[in-house]
Amino acid sequence: MSASPSEPVRATRGGVRVWFMRSESARGYALLSPTLVVVVLGLIFPIVILTTLSFWKQDYVDIIRTFTLENYSAFFEKKIYYLILYRSIRISAFVTLVTIVLAYPLAYFIAFHVQKNKIMWIILVTIPFWTSYLLRVFAWKVILGYNGVINSGLISLGLISEPLEFLLYNPTAVVITLAHAWAAVAILPIYVSLEKIDRSLIEAARDLGESAFMTFVRVTLPLSLPGVIAASLLVFIPTVGEYVTPTLVGGTRGIMIGNIIQSMFGKALNWPLGAALSIISMLTVTLAVCVLLGGTRWFRKKVG
Amino acid sequence: MTKAIISINHVTKDFGSVRAVNDANFEIAEGEFFSLLGPSGCGKTTLLRILAGFEVPSAGSIYIDGRDVTLLPPNHRPVNMVFQNYAIFPHLNVASNIAFGMRRSGLSKAELAERIEEMLELIRLPGYGERGAHELSGGQRQRVALARALIKQPKVLLLDEPLGALDKKLREQMQIELRQLQQQVGITFVFVTHDQEEALTLSDRIAVMSQGDVLEISTPGELYEAPRSRFVADFIGTMNFFDCIVGDYRGGVLSADSAELGPVRVACTTPPAAPGEGFVLAIRPEKFQLVFDDAGASANTVRGRMGPSAYLGDRSHFYVYLEGRNEPVSVALPNLARSLDRIRGVDQEVWLTWPEDAAVLLPREE
Ligand SMILES: Nc1ncnc2c1ncn2[C@@H]1O[C@H](COP(=O)(O)OP(=O)(O)OP(=O)(O)O)[C@@H](O)[C@H]1O
Ligand SMILES: [Mg+2]
Repeated sequence: MSASPSEPVRATRGGVRVWFMRSESARGYALLSPTLVVVVLGLIFPIVILTTLSFWKQDYVDIIRTFTLENYSAFFEKKIYYLILYRSIRISAFVTLVTIVLAYPLAYFIAFHVQKNKIMWIILVTIPFWTSYLLRVFAWKVILGYNGVINSGLISLGLISEPLEFLLYNPTAVVITLAHAWAAVAILPIYVSLEKIDRSLIEAARDLGESAFMTFVRVTLPLSLPGVIAASLLVFIPTVGEYVTPTLVGGTRGIMIGNIIQSMFGKALNWPLGAALSIISMLTVTLAVCVLLGGTRWFRKKVG
Repeated sequence: MTKAIISINHVTKDFGSVRAVNDANFEIAEGEFFSLLGPSGCGKTTLLRILAGFEVPSAGSIYIDGRDVTLLPPNHRPVNMVFQNYAIFPHLNVASNIAFGMRRSGLSKAELAERIEEMLELIRLPGYGERGAHELSGGQRQRVALARALIKQPKVLLLDEPLGALDKKLREQMQIELRQLQQQVGITFVFVTHDQEEALTLSDRIAVMSQGDVLEISTPGELYEAPRSRFVADFIGTMNFFDCIVGDYRGGVLSADSAELGPVRVACTTPPAAPGEGFVLAIRPEKFQLVFDDAGASANTVRGRMGPSAYLGDRSHFYVYLEGRNEPVSVALPNLARSLDRIRGVDQEVWLTWPEDAAVLLPREE
């Protein structure tokens, strides 16, 4: 056999440049590299530290640097951690659900029924974000509180004689406050995905005999799912670790895993246990996200 | 004409101050291939969307199959539409796209699968059912859109420039397929296009529209050979117009005078105007004969000078300048060897002649 006529070019100085120009992925990584550096330093690094920490042990103010699974077994032995994590997931799931249910109609309205000044509507939607997060949580405290807006309003109307106590310091208050705080974050991705839908697809569905409602179920909703999923993740993931809102409006029954982790790194002074709880809640969130994505895939199949 | 399947009664549609359709009033027969033809913005799509139920007319009514559907929403009309961009559902595969409208058809799963396979056979895409919507070429998407509408067995199929996005070769192929398909399924087609050649090739009848008005409804042959207005004559194909004055009319032949053509004789059943009044004589480029020897000064003969020419393969186009006329006369000749070998080039002296029955008489406008 004779030698192949076109040997690949050796990686000389020119060769590297040519290779760089030819390779789509090399140029892609080059574009990505600043972000990549930030992600590695800001995400991977802390996770490595956290993971290492979670296998060590706290001894009063010292940390004993020998490998141990004690922190993880503590999570499974003491029911309280497990229950609070479960409650956190449930509250976040509720918050996500309420947020999406509130955000979707608004996004739908802006995408399909506002003809002019869509930008103005979008800006209006973000107005609550212009004030501090803390301020908004306090506002809800004022509204829901024992002597708050709702209670004093109802009393002065003579509808109730005693203030309602179930309004504040419970998981419902946390859900209400968080859903309001995250609404604008959910509206934007849903709006974008609705706005992208070709109007002739909706007309085609109507033309093929579907009612307005079934057109929504079979065409509009599936095509806006990417936005709904994005919104769900944007709301669900950060709210699981939330600790400001539960502290302020949640009471003892509204405590979430974030509060526990915070106290482990603070008053309780047990960093390794805090790290282990962080890792466990991170894995749980990942699992929940997988379930969510699997569920939407199933929905798509079923509708199709 | 057979039974009318669609009747459009004095339909007008205004968008604010824009009148998109102005007093359209005509019928479309069952089984007909009917085209709406006109320049961009003349209201074709609007009229089609009124038939489909996406727009409600500002005035007038629509009857389909004997039923008043003017206010009926699209999902309750016995018509289906093929959209200009095909509107294939991107989240569904080919089979699910075709089956989309069959949810309440009462067919069992197996029967439906069989119908889908039949439709795929009909559009000559057998075995494509599992393909995703993104894995189709333009022509294939167009066929899937057709199948999706045809599986519903509508009384009328509405098509909005369905071939507009295809290249010339594919478009011509799809034209033939579309016409065959229409004859095969026997459904009335209402076809929107701004391509006059396409309309002439496909249609049984054509409605020519301009600025919201329906100017003329005729068969392709009549539209081409005997248009009734200058707009239609100009819009369909190429046409040369000459101003003339009516002379006398005897034995079915009109004698007339034109500053540009000299004495003219035209065969016609009635004179276009009273003697001494003006009219417009219209002659298609291919009706002329080129003569290279002095043809003398008789009726339907005029002397001119050769202008630029264009070779188009099967035929050639010439521009011939006449004395007293600014724009050249456009002449088309088939490329038979004999007719071409005496052409010497620009400025050569030539004579144009045309038969008595070649010209169209149009009223003078304004
Ligand atoms: N929804 C609408 N709102 C306002 N004006 C409209 C609307 N739809 C159409 N028009 C106007 O009505 C006129 C006719 O439009 P139409 O879409 O029917 O034209 P068309 O003949 O289909 O043109 P084309 O060949 O470019 O598709 C145009 O002047 C257009 O601007
Ligand atoms: Mg149009």
